[in-house]
This record gives sequence, structure tokens and C-alpha cells, in this order.
Amino acid sequence: MNNLSPFAAHPREGGGPEVKKQDLDSRFRGNERSMDPAYESQAAFRALMDCTARPGELRKLRGVSAPAPFAPATAALIQSLADYETPLWLDAAFAAEKKVADWIRFHCGAPIVREPGEAAFALIADAAAMPPLAQFSQGTAEYPDRSTTLLVQIESFAGTPFTLRGPGIKASREFAASPLPADFAVRMKENRALFPRGVDLVLVAGNDIAALPRSVAVEAR
Amino acid sequence: MSAPVYNFAYLDEQTKRMIRRAILKAIAIPGYQVPFASREMPMPYGWGTGGVQVTASILGPDDTLKVIDQGSDDTTNAVSIRKFFVKTAGVETTTRTEDATVIQTRHRIPETALTENQVLVYQVPIPEPLRFLEPRETETRRMHALSEYGLMHVKLYEDIARHGHIATTYAYPVEVGGRYVMDPSPIPKFDNPKLSDSAALQLFGAGREKRIYAIPPYTKVKSLDFEDHPFEPYRHDAACELCGATHSYLDEVITDDKGGRMFVCSDTDFCEQRRAEGHAHVPDQNEAVHG
Repeated sequence: MNNLSPFAAHPREGGGPEVKKQDLDSRFRGNERSMDPAYESQAAFRALMDCTARPGELRKLRGVSAPAPFAPATAALIQSLADYETPLWLDAAFAAEKKVADWIRFHCGAPIVREPGEAAFALIADAAAMPPLAQFSQGTAEYPDRSTTLLVQIESFAGTPFTLRGPGIKASREFAASPLPADFAVRMKENRALFPRGVDLVLVAGNDIAALPRSVAVEAR
Repeated sequence: MSAPVYNFAYLDEQTKRMIRRAILKAIAIPGYQVPFASREMPMPYGWGTGGVQVTASILGPDDTLKVIDQGSDDTTNAVSIRKFFVKTAGVETTTRTEDATVIQTRHRIPETALTENQVLVYQVPIPEPLRFLEPRETETRRMHALSEYGLMHVKLYEDIARHGHIATTYAYPVEVGGRYVMDPSPIPKFDNPKLSDSAALQLFGAGREKRIYAIPPYTKVKSLDFEDHPFEPYRHDAACELCGATHSYLDEVITDDKGGRMFVCSDTDFCEQRRAEGHAHVPDQNEAVHG
């Protein structure tokens, strides 16, 4: 992948803040085949953390190229968050490509499950045809964290307009995404009504991501 | 490479993934304590192992880290944790609140208002606000599930019955986003109003108790109280004897063995910056002469 170990920036290895930043910039050009386990997964996670803390805000990720229908940012997020502890569920478009399952097994070692309710992460390439949110794990009243996080690939953050409110948003935020199911706002309202149970959504368009955690109130505009 | 080397920020990547997943759930469910597989750290429990694990999992090479212990940048705990991350992550550190992107704190919120580009990481000893009222985890978990917080109000009421006012002065329980009651860690109740509607993301890590929880930015955080006994932050009725501040949280410092004492800002960076700007203590005519 590259010949710089994660330790190159370590002070004892002669690295320092200046050297380190330059290394990071020169090492990556566009989407890579794989990612530096320490730095790149931190960057992808941090972007997602910011997005989850500020629902509807967009962040651009340095993506990872993976077999279609993987979007570069979806692959980067899966590589930085999924491992043997996190069962993945694939929608029909993802499941149809054998290379997808091979890539996941090789890079993450994550088990792939048939039942959406058993998944920690669900990968959805066909957003307009996404299954009802209730099919995924909603967590329990005692452990609402035991729920599925949906990674939903869309074409762009434009189109159907929504207004978002809730924790992380000062007053309200305008948001747009397409394609999504026609009754998306209704589905999100039902999801919000379950709080603290419910699922969290991450929307992905190419290298851009935005999060709609269960705490957000989504209104069609 | 005979010298021991660490992965970036000490923790291995699988541990970081596990903690990162817990942090994301914590942000999605404000105030809910997410269980996580806390690791043994090269420092004892009680020294901020929870905060250190959270910081290690979010920290990147471009971050600037500030660590405070009771508001101070230069106590043993703060110095040790700062050194730990310089050694294992090579990040830049600062004592200036406005220059930091990640601030790890033990028991204070900085006086300087935080911004959207900052993350505040709290070290938490006992994350469960109901623990001293109900020792069984199975029961407290059910109480959170049912929003059954009557017991907490009884505790505050008993304070009023005994002392005439709510005598809880630190780790004052709060309700986050109208749902979960949460322990804000042992910050003085003076800091409680700063929890609400903060521009910065706030993360809480309890290493020994293996819990992570969070308050997203711009989230309503209410200190529990009664209509006839509203919540009141407390501060010593004095000015800082170094910078003269009358609106900061003060520490009482004993200066000799004859009863001598002085009040100084607990936030050392805030106090230093005020003194650099030329602020100084002006002795008040009516002020009691100390010692």
C-alpha cells in the first residue's frame, strides 16, 4: 500500500508535526485501494462523528475504491468501523455482486448476515427501494445502542428538501437528498417516535456523507 | 526498532473501532450511557482512563490537545496525560483554550466559551447518576428505560428538607434533551449552565465503569430542580486575587498555617490571559482582611 509505517510520525522515529502533515498530503492522491489503518480510519471516523453530532451537515471523505456498487465514502466508513464484531447486511444491489462480499471479508473480516435485524451495519445501494426501517434492529428499551446503523447510498445531496431539527442543530437546518423513498419523512418520523430506540442513518453520495441519527426530527418541506 | 513503539495514540485499531462505534451511538442517543469494552491503560483507574480512551480514539495527527485537571493545566494528572499523548501520538499541545481542538478535562468546563471546532472530553469516575440511590445495575437500567427518575427528585427534596436548599454542589444531575438523566461528572454546579446549548461536542468516558456518553452541540441540558427551589449555580462571593475576575469559578487556596487563604480562578489559562491583558485584583475596602 505504501512504505510509510504508522510509526513514521512517532517523535522517537524522527517524525514531528511538520514532517507528519507533509507525509499525509503526499501519500494520498484520490481514492486509494485501501487505507492507512491508523490515520485514514481516524479521518473517516472523525468526519462521521462531526456529521452525527451535527445532523445534516456534509463532510467530504477521502474514499477507498472498492467493487461496485460501493461508493468511495461507504467503503472508507466500512473499513474504519466494521470488523469481526459487526455483522453486515447487504441490500439486493450489494448482494448481487460477489466481489462485494469478498472485499468485505478480506478487508474487515465482518460476517455477512441474511436477516436485517441481526446487522450492526446495513449497506444500501438502492436508496429508493430501501426496506422499512422497522426491519432493522431497533435496540431495546434497556440497550437502545444495540441497533442497526444504515449506510444509504444516494446520488446527491440535492433534490427532495427537508427541514431538520433536534440535538446538534441550532434552531433548524435545511437538508436535501435524492433519491429517497417517497415517504421518507414519514419513515423518519416513525423512527423518531421510538426514541431512544430506533436506527441511525448515514447518507453517502460519492465522497460526501451526512448523518441522520435517530434523535433528529425530519420534516418534508 | 528495539525501543518499544506504539500504534498511533497507543490503542490498537480494533479497540479504537469498538470505542468509535460506542461514541457514535452515544451521540445519537444524548445522555444514554453506552457500555464499551474498556481497556487497561498504562495508568491507574481514577486517573482518567475513560477520558484517555475516548481522546485516543478521536485524536488525529492534526489535532491540538489541551488537558486540564480542575481547571489547571499544570497539575500532575494533566501533565501526565498531555505527555502520554505527545509520546504516543506526537500531537501538538497547548494550554490556551481557544487554540485547542480537543480538550480533555477532569472536573471543570473552561471559562472561555467553546467553539464548534472543539471537542470536550470529560473524565468520569461514576457515570450512573442513580448509583448511590439504587446499587443494582439491572434496576438503574430499567429506571432509565422507563424514564423513572422520581427517586432522584426525592433525593433533591431530602436535601431541601435537611438543609433548606439543594445541597448538591458538584456532579449535579441534569436531564439531557428532555429524556435521560445524566451525571455531568464531578464538575461544580457553577459549570452546569455551560453544558446546555454548547457549540462544542461533549463526550464523557468512564474507564473503570466502562461507559461512554455524550451531549451533542446545541442540546438542551436542564439541571434538575423544583419550581419553588430553582437551580442556582454557586460561586464564592469574592474576586480572584490574581486577576480580579468576579464571574469565574474560584478555588480557595490555604496560604499558611495561621488561617491565611486566598481565592483564585480555578481555570489557570483564563486567569493568565486576564493578567496578560492587564487585569489585576483591586482590594475592596469592605473586604475582610485575611489572616
